Amino acid sequence: MKKIEAIIKPFKLDEVKEALSELGVKGMTVSDVKGFGRQKGHKEIYRGAEYVVDFIPKVKIELVLDDEILPKVIDTIINSAKTGKIGDGKIFVTTIDEVIRIRTGERGKEAI
Amino acid sequence: MLNTGDTAFMLVATALVMLMTPGLALFYGGLVRTKNVLGTIMQSFICLGLVSIIWVVYGYSLAFGPDVGGVIGNLKYAFLRGVGLTPGPYASTIPHLLFCAFQLMFAIITPALITGAFAERMKFSAFLVFTALWTTFVYLPLCHWVWGGGWLQKLGALDFAGGTVIHINSGAAALCAALIVGERKGWGREAFHPHNLPMTVLGGGLLWFGWFGFNAGSALSAGNIACLAFFNTQVATGAAALSWVFAEWLYQGKPTTLGVVSGALAGLVAITPAAGFVGPVSSVAIGIIAGILCYGAVILKARIGYDDSLDVVGVHGVGGTWGAIATGLFASVAANPDGANGLFFGNVHQFLIQLLGIIVAIVFSMVVTSLILKLLDSTMGLRLTREEEIQGLDVTQHSEMGYSF
Repeated sequence: MKKIEAIIKPFKLDEVKEALSELGVKGMTVSDVKGFGRQKGHKEIYRGAEYVVDFIPKVKIELVLDDEILPKVIDTIINSAKTGKIGDGKIFVTTIDEVIRIRTGERGKEAI
Repeated sequence: MLNTGDTAFMLVATALVMLMTPGLALFYGGLVRTKNVLGTIMQSFICLGLVSIIWVVYGYSLAFGPDVGGVIGNLKYAFLRGVGLTPGPYASTIPHLLFCAFQLMFAIITPALITGAFAERMKFSAFLVFTALWTTFVYLPLCHWVWGGGWLQKLGALDFAGGTVIHINSGAAALCAALIVGERKGWGREAFHPHNLPMTVLGGGLLWFGWFGFNAGSALSAGNIACLAFFNTQVATGAAALSWVFAEWLYQGKPTTLGVVSGALAGLVAITPAAGFVGPVSSVAIGIIAGILCYGAVILKARIGYDDSLDVVGVHGVGGTWGAIATGLFASVAANPDGANGLFFGNVHQFLIQLLGIIVAIVFSMVVTSLILKLLDSTMGLRLTREEEIQGLDVTQHSEMGYSF
Protein backbone atom coordinates (compact mmCIF):
# COMPACT_ATOMS: atom_id res chain seq x y z
CA MET A 1 0.00 0.00 0.00
CA LYS A 2 1.19 3.48 -0.81
CA LYS A 3 0.33 6.97 0.32
CA ILE A 4 0.33 9.84 -2.13
CA GLU A 5 0.74 13.39 -0.95
CA ALA A 6 0.20 15.76 -3.83
CA ILE A 7 0.74 19.51 -3.45
CA ILE A 8 -1.16 21.28 -6.22
CA LYS A 9 -2.48 24.68 -7.25
CA PRO A 10 -5.74 25.36 -5.40
CA PHE A 11 -7.78 26.08 -8.53
CA LYS A 12 -6.84 22.65 -9.93
CA LEU A 13 -8.45 20.75 -7.04
CA ASP A 14 -11.80 20.13 -8.72
CA GLU A 15 -10.24 18.81 -11.91
CA VAL A 16 -7.97 16.47 -9.97
CA LYS A 17 -10.84 15.23 -7.81
CA GLU A 18 -13.05 14.55 -10.85
CA ALA A 19 -10.29 12.70 -12.68
CA LEU A 20 -9.50 10.55 -9.63
CA SER A 21 -13.17 9.75 -9.06
CA GLU A 22 -13.45 8.49 -12.64
CA LEU A 23 -10.50 6.25 -11.94
CA GLY A 24 -12.36 4.73 -9.01
CA VAL A 25 -10.51 6.35 -6.13
CA LYS A 26 -12.98 6.25 -3.25
CA GLY A 27 -11.61 8.74 -0.76
CA MET A 28 -9.09 11.46 -0.14
CA THR A 29 -8.11 14.03 2.46
CA VAL A 30 -7.63 17.64 1.37
CA SER A 31 -6.07 20.49 3.28
CA ASP A 32 -5.15 24.10 2.61
CA VAL A 33 -1.44 24.56 3.03
CA LYS A 34 1.13 27.27 2.42
CA GLY A 35 4.67 26.95 1.25
CA PHE A 36 7.24 27.78 -1.34
CA GLY A 37 9.42 26.05 -3.84
CA ARG A 38 10.97 27.41 -6.98
CA GLN A 39 7.95 29.64 -7.64
CA LYS A 40 8.87 31.85 -4.63
CA GLY A 41 6.37 34.33 -3.16
CA HIS A 42 4.46 37.36 -4.32
CA LYS A 43 4.63 41.07 -3.48
CA GLU A 44 2.13 42.90 -1.28
CA ILE A 45 1.96 46.70 -0.90
CA TYR A 46 0.43 48.47 2.12
CA ARG A 47 0.65 52.28 2.05
CA GLY A 48 3.89 52.26 0.20
CA ALA A 49 5.49 49.50 2.29
CA GLU A 50 6.34 46.53 0.08
CA TYR A 51 6.49 43.05 1.53
CA VAL A 52 7.50 39.84 -0.18
CA VAL A 53 5.20 37.08 0.96
CA ASP A 54 7.20 33.84 0.89
CA PHE A 55 4.40 31.38 1.47
CA ILE A 56 1.96 30.80 -1.35
CA PRO A 57 -1.38 29.04 -0.76
CA LYS A 58 -1.53 25.48 -2.11
CA VAL A 59 -3.78 22.47 -1.65
CA LYS A 60 -2.47 19.16 -0.33
CA ILE A 61 -4.28 15.95 -1.34
CA GLU A 62 -3.56 12.80 0.62
CA LEU A 63 -4.70 9.37 -0.53
CA VAL A 64 -3.80 5.82 0.32
CA LEU A 65 -4.03 3.17 -2.40
CA ASP A 66 -3.22 -0.29 -3.45
CA ASP A 67 0.14 -0.69 -5.23
CA GLU A 68 -1.46 -1.85 -8.52
CA ILE A 69 -3.39 1.33 -9.16
CA LEU A 70 -0.52 3.66 -8.17
CA PRO A 71 1.04 4.41 -11.61
CA LYS A 72 -2.35 5.25 -13.10
CA VAL A 73 -3.22 7.57 -10.22
CA ILE A 74 0.08 9.38 -10.53
CA ASP A 75 -0.45 9.89 -14.27
CA THR A 76 -3.97 11.13 -13.64
CA ILE A 77 -2.85 13.65 -11.06
CA ILE A 78 -0.08 14.89 -13.33
CA ASN A 79 -2.44 15.28 -16.28
CA SER A 80 -5.19 17.03 -14.35
CA ALA A 81 -3.01 19.31 -12.19
CA LYS A 82 -0.53 20.40 -14.82
CA THR A 83 -0.54 23.94 -16.23
CA GLY A 84 3.03 23.81 -17.50
CA LYS A 85 3.95 26.92 -15.51
CA ILE A 86 6.23 27.12 -12.50
CA GLY A 87 4.39 26.31 -9.24
CA ASP A 88 2.36 23.30 -10.42
CA GLY A 89 3.45 21.39 -7.33
CA LYS A 90 4.84 17.97 -6.41
CA ILE A 91 3.77 14.41 -5.71
CA PHE A 92 5.33 12.44 -2.85
CA VAL A 93 4.87 8.67 -2.55
CA THR A 94 5.51 6.71 0.63
CA THR A 95 4.92 3.13 1.72
CA ILE A 96 2.16 2.47 4.24
CA ASP A 97 2.46 -0.33 6.81
CA GLU A 98 -1.13 -0.72 7.82
CA VAL A 99 -4.62 0.67 7.27
CA ILE A 100 -7.45 0.07 9.72
CA ARG A 101 -11.10 1.01 9.29
CA ILE A 102 -12.22 2.18 12.70
CA ARG A 103 -15.90 1.18 12.37
CA THR A 104 -15.32 -2.49 11.49
CA GLY A 105 -11.77 -3.18 12.47
CA GLU A 106 -10.92 -4.35 8.92
CA ARG A 107 -7.26 -4.21 8.10
CA GLY A 108 -5.03 -3.85 5.02
CA LYS A 109 -6.38 -3.62 1.45
CA GLU A 110 -9.95 -4.18 2.62
CA ALA A 111 -9.81 -1.07 4.73
CA ILE A 112 -8.68 1.37 2.03
CA MET B 1 -32.93 84.30 18.35
CA LEU B 2 -33.18 80.55 18.33
CA ASN B 3 -33.72 79.18 14.82
CA THR B 4 -35.33 75.75 14.62
CA GLY B 5 -33.84 74.97 11.20
CA ASP B 6 -30.31 75.71 12.38
CA THR B 7 -30.91 73.77 15.58
CA ALA B 8 -32.20 70.71 13.72
CA PHE B 9 -29.24 70.83 11.34
CA MET B 10 -26.69 71.18 14.14
CA LEU B 11 -28.21 68.32 16.13
CA VAL B 12 -27.75 66.06 13.11
CA ALA B 13 -24.26 67.42 12.35
CA THR B 14 -23.22 66.75 15.96
CA ALA B 15 -24.40 63.16 15.72
CA LEU B 16 -22.50 62.78 12.43
CA VAL B 17 -19.26 63.94 14.03
CA MET B 18 -19.85 61.53 16.91
CA LEU B 19 -20.00 58.66 14.38
CA MET B 20 -16.52 59.51 13.13
CA THR B 21 -14.89 58.16 16.29
CA PRO B 22 -16.32 54.62 15.94
CA GLY B 23 -15.47 54.99 12.23
CA LEU B 24 -11.88 55.79 13.17
CA ALA B 25 -11.88 52.80 15.54
CA LEU B 26 -12.73 50.51 12.62
CA PHE B 27 -10.32 52.30 10.27
CA TYR B 28 -7.43 51.76 12.69
CA GLY B 29 -8.72 48.36 13.85
CA GLY B 30 -8.44 46.90 10.38
CA LEU B 31 -4.87 48.15 9.95
CA VAL B 32 -3.38 46.35 12.96
CA ARG B 33 -2.64 42.67 13.45
CA THR B 34 -5.36 40.26 14.60
CA LYS B 35 -4.10 40.14 18.19
CA ASN B 36 -4.48 43.93 18.61
CA VAL B 37 -7.82 44.63 16.95
CA LEU B 38 -9.87 45.13 20.13
CA GLY B 39 -7.20 47.06 21.98
CA THR B 40 -6.96 49.45 19.03
CA ILE B 41 -10.72 49.88 18.73
CA MET B 42 -10.92 50.39 22.49
CA GLN B 43 -8.45 53.29 22.46
CA SER B 44 -10.74 55.27 20.15
CA PHE B 45 -14.04 54.21 21.67
CA ILE B 46 -13.10 54.98 25.27
CA CYS B 47 -12.46 58.62 24.28
CA LEU B 48 -16.23 58.95 23.79
CA GLY B 49 -16.51 58.38 27.54
CA LEU B 50 -13.41 59.98 28.98
CA VAL B 51 -13.43 63.25 27.03
CA SER B 52 -17.18 63.73 27.55
CA ILE B 53 -16.66 63.79 31.31
CA ILE B 54 -13.67 66.15 31.10
CA TRP B 55 -15.75 68.39 28.86
CA VAL B 56 -18.57 68.70 31.39
CA VAL B 57 -16.34 69.24 34.40
CA TYR B 58 -13.88 71.84 33.05
CA GLY B 59 -13.06 71.14 29.39
CA TYR B 60 -15.68 73.28 27.72
CA SER B 61 -15.00 76.10 30.12
CA LEU B 62 -11.23 76.17 29.57
CA ALA B 63 -11.69 76.08 25.80
CA PHE B 64 -14.69 78.37 25.40
CA GLY B 65 -15.09 80.19 28.70
CA PRO B 66 -14.44 83.94 28.83
CA ASP B 67 -10.90 84.64 27.65
CA VAL B 68 -8.03 85.11 30.10
CA GLY B 69 -5.19 86.98 28.42
CA GLY B 70 -5.73 85.29 25.05
CA VAL B 71 -4.34 82.05 26.49
CA ILE B 72 -7.15 80.07 28.10
CA GLY B 73 -10.81 80.32 29.07
CA ASN B 74 -11.76 80.84 32.70
CA LEU B 75 -13.87 78.51 34.83
CA LYS B 76 -17.18 80.35 34.37
CA TYR B 77 -18.67 77.37 32.47
CA ALA B 78 -17.24 74.66 34.77
CA PHE B 79 -19.86 71.91 35.21
CA LEU B 80 -21.62 73.73 32.36
CA ARG B 81 -22.95 76.41 34.66
CA GLY B 82 -24.81 78.90 32.53
CA VAL B 83 -24.51 76.77 29.39
CA GLY B 84 -28.20 76.47 28.70
CA LEU B 85 -30.85 76.19 26.07
CA THR B 86 -30.71 79.76 24.85
CA PRO B 87 -28.06 80.87 22.34
CA GLY B 88 -24.59 81.51 23.76
CA PRO B 89 -21.75 83.80 22.61
CA TYR B 90 -20.51 81.56 19.76
CA ALA B 91 -23.62 80.79 17.74
CA SER B 92 -26.58 83.12 17.85
CA THR B 93 -29.28 80.81 16.47
CA ILE B 94 -28.77 77.51 18.32
CA PRO B 95 -28.83 76.59 22.02
CA HIS B 96 -25.50 77.17 23.79
CA LEU B 97 -25.65 73.55 24.98
CA LEU B 98 -25.80 72.35 21.36
CA PHE B 99 -22.68 74.33 20.42
CA CYS B 100 -21.03 72.76 23.46
CA ALA B 101 -22.06 69.26 22.28
CA PHE B 102 -20.80 69.90 18.74
CA GLN B 103 -17.42 71.04 20.03
CA LEU B 104 -17.27 68.05 22.36
CA MET B 105 -17.30 65.66 19.40
CA PHE B 106 -14.19 67.40 18.02
CA ALA B 107 -12.45 67.13 21.38
CA ILE B 108 -13.23 63.39 21.41
CA ILE B 109 -11.86 62.49 18.01
CA THR B 110 -8.59 64.46 18.30
CA PRO B 111 -6.88 62.28 20.94
CA ALA B 112 -8.36 59.22 19.22
CA LEU B 113 -6.48 60.19 16.04
CA ILE B 114 -3.15 60.09 17.89
CA THR B 115 -3.64 56.44 18.88
CA GLY B 116 -2.53 55.37 15.39
CA ALA B 117 1.01 56.52 16.17
CA PHE B 118 1.54 54.18 19.15
CA ALA B 119 -0.75 51.39 17.99
CA GLU B 120 -0.07 47.83 19.17
CA ARG B 121 2.25 48.65 22.08
CA MET B 122 0.83 51.07 24.66
CA LYS B 123 -0.54 50.11 28.07
CA PHE B 124 -4.25 50.88 28.37
CA SER B 125 -3.83 52.52 31.79
CA ALA B 126 -1.05 54.77 30.50
CA PHE B 127 -3.14 55.59 27.44
CA LEU B 128 -6.04 56.77 29.60
CA VAL B 129 -3.86 59.04 31.72
CA PHE B 130 -2.13 60.35 28.60
CA THR B 131 -5.46 61.17 26.96
CA ALA B 132 -6.76 63.01 30.03
CA LEU B 133 -3.55 65.06 30.37
CA TRP B 134 -3.20 65.68 26.64
CA THR B 135 -6.79 66.88 26.31
CA THR B 136 -6.28 69.20 29.27
CA PHE B 137 -2.88 70.67 28.48
CA VAL B 138 -2.72 70.53 24.67
CA TYR B 139 -6.18 70.36 23.15
CA LEU B 140 -8.03 72.81 25.38
CA PRO B 141 -5.48 75.67 25.15
CA LEU B 142 -5.01 75.33 21.39
CA CYS B 143 -8.77 75.08 20.87
CA HIS B 144 -9.14 78.27 22.89
CA TRP B 145 -6.45 80.09 20.88
CA VAL B 146 -8.09 79.31 17.55
CA TRP B 147 -11.83 79.21 18.31
CA GLY B 148 -12.47 80.36 21.88
CA GLY B 149 -11.42 83.98 21.48
CA GLY B 150 -7.71 83.35 22.06
CA TRP B 151 -4.76 85.15 20.50
CA LEU B 152 -4.56 83.26 17.19
CA GLN B 153 -8.21 83.98 16.49
CA LYS B 154 -7.65 87.64 17.27
CA LEU B 155 -4.79 87.70 14.75
CA GLY B 156 -7.24 86.48 12.11
CA ALA B 157 -6.01 82.91 11.46
CA LEU B 158 -8.56 81.05 9.30
CA ASP B 159 -9.44 77.53 10.38
CA PHE B 160 -12.92 76.64 9.23
CA ALA B 161 -13.40 73.22 10.79
CA GLY B 162 -10.25 72.40 12.70
CA GLY B 163 -7.23 71.82 10.47
CA THR B 164 -4.93 73.40 13.06
CA VAL B 165 -6.70 72.46 16.29
CA ILE B 166 -7.41 68.88 15.27
CA HIS B 167 -5.18 67.66 12.46
CA ILE B 168 -1.89 69.56 12.73
CA ASN B 169 -2.20 69.21 16.48
CA SER B 170 -2.79 65.43 16.47
CA GLY B 171 -0.18 64.93 13.74
CA ALA B 172 2.50 66.80 15.71
CA ALA B 173 1.59 64.93 18.89
CA ALA B 174 1.71 61.66 16.95
CA LEU B 175 5.28 62.32 15.83
CA CYS B 176 6.40 62.79 19.44
CA ALA B 177 4.43 59.75 20.53
CA ALA B 178 5.97 57.52 17.86
CA LEU B 179 9.47 58.69 18.82
CA ILE B 180 9.05 58.54 22.61
CA VAL B 181 7.03 55.33 22.85
CA GLY B 182 9.45 53.76 20.40
CA GLU B 183 9.07 51.28 17.61
CA ARG B 184 7.18 48.03 17.78
CA LYS B 185 9.09 44.84 18.38
CA GLY B 186 10.26 43.53 15.04
CA TRP B 187 9.52 46.73 13.16
CA GLY B 188 11.53 47.04 9.97
CA ARG B 189 12.33 43.30 10.00
CA GLU B 190 8.96 41.59 10.14
CA ALA B 191 6.02 42.37 7.88
CA PHE B 192 3.11 43.95 9.75
CA HIS B 193 0.12 43.19 7.58
CA PRO B 194 -3.19 44.96 8.08
CA HIS B 195 -5.42 42.12 9.30
CA ASN B 196 -8.75 43.29 7.86
CA LEU B 197 -8.75 45.89 5.09
CA PRO B 198 -12.53 45.67 4.45
CA MET B 199 -12.95 46.86 8.08
CA THR B 200 -10.61 49.76 7.31
CA VAL B 201 -12.62 50.66 4.20
CA LEU B 202 -15.86 50.60 6.21
CA GLY B 203 -14.26 52.84 8.83
CA GLY B 204 -13.01 55.17 6.10
CA GLY B 205 -16.52 55.33 4.65
CA LEU B 206 -17.98 56.25 8.04
CA LEU B 207 -15.32 58.92 8.47
CA TRP B 208 -16.18 60.43 5.08
CA PHE B 209 -19.91 60.37 5.93
CA GLY B 210 -19.37 61.87 9.37
CA TRP B 211 -17.08 64.53 7.95
CA PHE B 212 -20.08 66.21 6.29
CA GLY B 213 -21.22 66.99 9.83
CA PHE B 214 -17.72 68.04 10.81
CA ASN B 215 -17.22 70.50 7.94
CA ALA B 216 -20.73 71.62 6.99
CA GLY B 217 -21.68 71.77 10.68
CA SER B 218 -18.79 74.14 11.32
CA ALA B 219 -20.87 76.80 9.58
CA LEU B 220 -23.01 76.55 12.76
CA SER B 221 -26.16 77.26 10.71
CA ALA B 222 -28.10 75.56 7.94
CA GLY B 223 -27.26 78.07 5.25
CA ASN B 224 -25.18 78.75 2.15
CA ILE B 225 -21.78 78.33 3.84
CA ALA B 226 -22.78 74.91 5.17
CA CYS B 227 -23.66 73.98 1.62
CA LEU B 228 -20.32 75.30 0.30
CA ALA B 229 -18.40 73.33 2.96
CA PHE B 230 -20.44 70.22 2.22
CA PHE B 231 -19.73 70.32 -1.50
CA ASN B 232 -16.04 71.17 -1.06
CA THR B 233 -15.69 68.22 1.32
CA GLN B 234 -17.00 65.85 -1.30
CA VAL B 235 -14.90 67.00 -4.25
CA ALA B 236 -11.62 67.51 -2.39
CA THR B 237 -11.93 64.04 -0.89
CA GLY B 238 -12.73 62.43 -4.22
CA ALA B 239 -9.80 64.22 -5.86
CA ALA B 240 -7.37 63.10 -3.14
CA ALA B 241 -8.55 59.48 -3.28
CA LEU B 242 -7.89 59.53 -7.00
CA SER B 243 -4.53 61.28 -6.87
CA TRP B 244 -3.13 58.98 -4.12
CA VAL B 245 -4.11 55.92 -6.16
CA PHE B 246 -2.58 57.25 -9.37
CA ALA B 247 0.58 58.33 -7.53
CA GLU B 248 1.12 54.83 -6.11
CA TRP B 249 0.15 53.21 -9.40
CA LEU B 250 2.89 55.18 -11.14
CA TYR B 251 5.47 54.75 -8.38
CA GLN B 252 4.85 51.19 -7.19
CA GLY B 253 2.93 49.60 -10.02
CA LYS B 254 -0.43 48.84 -8.35
CA PRO B 255 -3.52 50.84 -7.35
CA THR B 256 -4.42 49.63 -3.84
CA THR B 257 -7.60 49.65 -1.74
CA LEU B 258 -5.71 50.97 1.28
CA GLY B 259 -4.40 53.69 -1.04
CA VAL B 260 -7.87 54.84 -2.05
CA VAL B 261 -9.16 55.13 1.55
CA SER B 262 -5.91 56.72 2.73
CA GLY B 263 -6.16 59.24 -0.09
CA ALA B 264 -9.76 59.99 0.84
CA LEU B 265 -8.73 60.59 4.45
CA ALA B 266 -5.89 62.86 3.32
CA GLY B 267 -8.38 64.86 1.26
CA LEU B 268 -10.83 65.15 4.18
CA VAL B 269 -8.05 66.41 6.43
CA ALA B 270 -6.73 68.92 3.90
CA ILE B 271 -10.09 70.47 3.05
CA THR B 272 -11.09 70.82 6.72
CA PRO B 273 -9.60 74.28 7.40
CA ALA B 274 -10.53 75.54 3.93
CA ALA B 275 -14.00 74.03 3.49
CA GLY B 276 -16.01 77.20 4.11
CA PHE B 277 -13.53 79.71 2.66
CA VAL B 278 -12.71 78.44 -0.86
CA GLY B 279 -14.58 77.60 -4.05
CA PRO B 280 -15.20 74.10 -5.42
CA VAL B 281 -12.51 74.27 -8.12
CA SER B 282 -9.91 75.31 -5.55
CA SER B 283 -11.10 72.35 -3.46
CA VAL B 284 -10.32 69.95 -6.28
CA ALA B 285 -6.80 71.39 -6.50
CA ILE B 286 -6.38 71.14 -2.71
CA GLY B 287 -7.51 67.51 -2.85
CA ILE B 288 -5.27 66.46 -5.73
CA ILE B 289 -2.18 67.91 -4.05
CA ALA B 290 -3.18 66.42 -0.66
CA GLY B 291 -3.30 62.88 -2.07
CA ILE B 292 0.13 63.14 -3.66
CA LEU B 293 1.77 64.94 -0.71
CA CYS B 294 0.49 62.51 1.92
CA TYR B 295 1.45 59.49 -0.17
CA GLY B 296 4.93 60.99 -0.45
CA ALA B 297 5.00 61.52 3.31
CA VAL B 298 4.23 57.86 4.12
CA ILE B 299 6.89 56.71 1.64
CA LEU B 300 9.35 59.10 3.27
CA LYS B 301 8.52 57.73 6.76
CA ALA B 302 9.88 54.34 5.79
CA ARG B 303 13.11 56.02 4.62
CA ILE B 304 13.52 58.17 7.74
CA GLY B 305 12.63 55.24 9.98
CA TYR B 306 10.26 56.04 12.84
CA ASP B 307 7.36 53.77 13.67
CA ASP B 308 4.29 55.99 13.28
CA SER B 309 2.37 52.77 12.90
CA LEU B 310 -0.81 53.93 11.18
CA ASP B 311 0.58 57.11 9.55
CA VAL B 312 -0.99 59.79 11.71
CA VAL B 313 1.88 62.14 10.88
CA GLY B 314 1.77 61.44 7.15
CA VAL B 315 -2.00 61.84 6.83
CA HIS B 316 -3.11 64.23 9.59
CA GLY B 317 0.11 66.17 10.19
CA VAL B 318 1.10 66.65 6.55
CA GLY B 319 -2.49 66.82 5.24
CA GLY B 320 -3.49 69.29 7.95
CA THR B 321 -0.45 71.47 7.33
CA TRP B 322 -1.12 71.48 3.61
CA GLY B 323 -4.77 72.37 4.30
CA ALA B 324 -3.80 75.33 6.48
CA ILE B 325 -1.33 76.57 3.86
CA ALA B 326 -3.90 76.00 1.11
CA THR B 327 -6.44 78.06 3.06
CA GLY B 328 -3.93 80.93 2.99
CA LEU B 329 -3.53 80.44 -0.77
CA PHE B 330 -7.03 79.74 -2.07
CA ALA B 331 -9.34 81.57 0.38
CA SER B 332 -11.54 84.06 -1.40
CA VAL B 333 -14.22 86.51 -0.34
CA ALA B 334 -16.04 85.62 -3.56
CA ALA B 335 -16.64 82.17 -2.06
CA ASN B 336 -17.37 83.41 1.46
CA PRO B 337 -17.83 87.15 2.09
CA ASP B 338 -17.21 86.61 5.82
CA GLY B 339 -13.84 84.95 5.15
CA ALA B 340 -10.76 86.59 3.69
CA ASN B 341 -8.68 86.53 0.51
CA GLY B 342 -5.63 84.30 0.32
CA LEU B 343 -2.29 84.76 -1.45
CA PHE B 344 -3.71 83.81 -4.86
CA PHE B 345 -6.23 86.62 -4.45
CA GLY B 346 -3.57 89.15 -3.53
CA ASN B 347 -3.53 88.91 0.28
CA VAL B 348 0.00 88.09 1.46
CA HIS B 349 -0.89 89.01 5.03
CA GLN B 350 -3.41 86.17 5.38
CA PHE B 351 -0.87 83.69 4.10
CA LEU B 352 1.67 84.77 6.72
CA ILE B 353 -0.92 84.49 9.50
CA GLN B 354 -1.69 80.95 8.35
CA LEU B 355 2.02 80.06 8.48
CA LEU B 356 2.28 81.49 11.98
CA GLY B 357 -0.73 79.41 13.08
CA ILE B 358 0.87 76.25 11.70
CA ILE B 359 4.23 76.85 13.40
CA VAL B 360 2.63 77.74 16.73
CA ALA B 361 0.43 74.63 16.68
CA ILE B 362 3.30 72.30 15.78
CA VAL B 363 5.74 73.70 18.33
CA PHE B 364 3.21 73.95 21.16
CA SER B 365 1.80 70.48 20.55
CA MET B 366 5.21 68.83 20.27
CA VAL B 367 6.67 70.44 23.37
CA VAL B 368 3.74 69.76 25.70
CA THR B 369 3.04 66.28 24.29
CA SER B 370 6.69 65.33 24.81
CA LEU B 371 6.63 66.57 28.39
CA ILE B 372 3.49 64.55 29.18
CA LEU B 373 4.87 61.38 27.59
CA LYS B 374 8.26 61.67 29.30
CA LEU B 375 6.55 62.21 32.63
CA LEU B 376 4.36 59.15 32.21
CA ASP B 377 7.21 57.05 30.89
CA SER B 378 9.28 57.73 33.98
CA THR B 379 6.39 57.19 36.42
CA MET B 380 3.87 54.56 35.32
CA GLY B 381 5.58 53.43 32.10
CA LEU B 382 4.04 53.73 28.64
CA ARG B 383 4.69 50.39 27.05
CA LEU B 384 3.59 46.81 27.32
CA THR B 385 6.29 44.40 28.41
CA ARG B 386 8.00 42.53 25.60
CA GLU B 387 6.04 39.42 26.37
CA GLU B 388 2.73 41.28 26.47
CA GLU B 389 3.52 42.90 23.16
CA ILE B 390 4.04 39.51 21.56
CA GLN B 391 0.74 38.25 23.01
CA GLY B 392 -1.09 41.37 21.86
CA LEU B 393 -3.27 44.08 23.40
CA ASP B 394 -6.49 42.08 23.27
CA VAL B 395 -5.54 39.27 25.62
CA THR B 396 -3.13 41.18 27.88
CA GLN B 397 -5.07 44.43 28.33
CA HIS B 398 -8.68 43.33 27.96
CA SER B 399 -8.79 39.52 28.30
CA GLU B 400 -10.73 39.25 25.07
CA MET B 401 -10.17 38.06 21.54
CA GLY B 402 -11.49 39.78 18.45
CA TYR B 403 -12.23 36.59 16.57
CA SER B 404 -12.87 32.99 17.44
CA PHE B 405 -13.12 30.75 14.42
